[in-house]
Amino acid sequence: MTLLYFAWVRQKTGRGEEQLALPAGVKTVSDLIAVLTQRGGGFVDAFADPKRIRVAVNQEHTSFDAALKEGDEVAFFPPVTGG
Amino acid sequence: MTVRIVIQRDDFDISAEISKLDGEDTGAVATFTGKVRKDGDLVALTLEHYPHMTEREIGRIVEDAQGRWPLLGVTILHRIGRLLPGDRIVLVAVAAKHRGAAFEACQFLMDYLKTRAPFWKEEERSGGRHWVAARHSDDAAAERWRGT
Repeated sequence: MTLLYFAWVRQKTGRGEEQLALPAGVKTVSDLIAVLTQRGGGFVDAFADPKRIRVAVNQEHTSFDAALKEGDEVAFFPPVTGG
Repeated sequence: MTVRIVIQRDDFDISAEISKLDGEDTGAVATFTGKVRKDGDLVALTLEHYPHMTEREIGRIVEDAQGRWPLLGVTILHRIGRLLPGDRIVLVAVAAKHRGAAFEACQFLMDYLKTRAPFWKEEERSGGRHWVAARHSDDAAAERWRGT
């Protein structure tokens, strides 16, 4: 799957994009966040307050309960501030 | 119904965009232009977005608007990159037969764009850089269209 990070989530994780095989046992966005925070460092910081994070799966806004499958594009970012 | 959604670094020409929207049946064109406000020691804003999702999400917002009002055309231009106080950021232009639909759809599109289109602003001030926080008033503005 492709993971994308934007704005301060990108700065905290130190990367904008990465490829990752769907980790064993990961069924939802919440599960994926749990795996990512196990990396420590900036990932712990980025996901420290989940209420400040939004997620999109395959370029559509969704919730942390959303189901994931191999090949999905998952993006993490702060609440949007355009316009 | 013509729909034009463009994300670009360059400025835009409002009157040229209105001309492109204008058609035989058009009785009203409403436009909204958002600009970088002068604000104390604000030096610049840098806008980042999520390529591809931005265009798709704005497209979904336009489809929603089409279901609510009889529209003849919609143009949404949004700039990215580093912008200075006074620079234009966004243009929403809506063509319809009558002004009611044009005005209301223009406001709806802008309210939803602010809360759903994946853009982020980083402020550059004399003291440093920081990401702009989302505003509850923007959520409230979008929320009032629910159930309408």
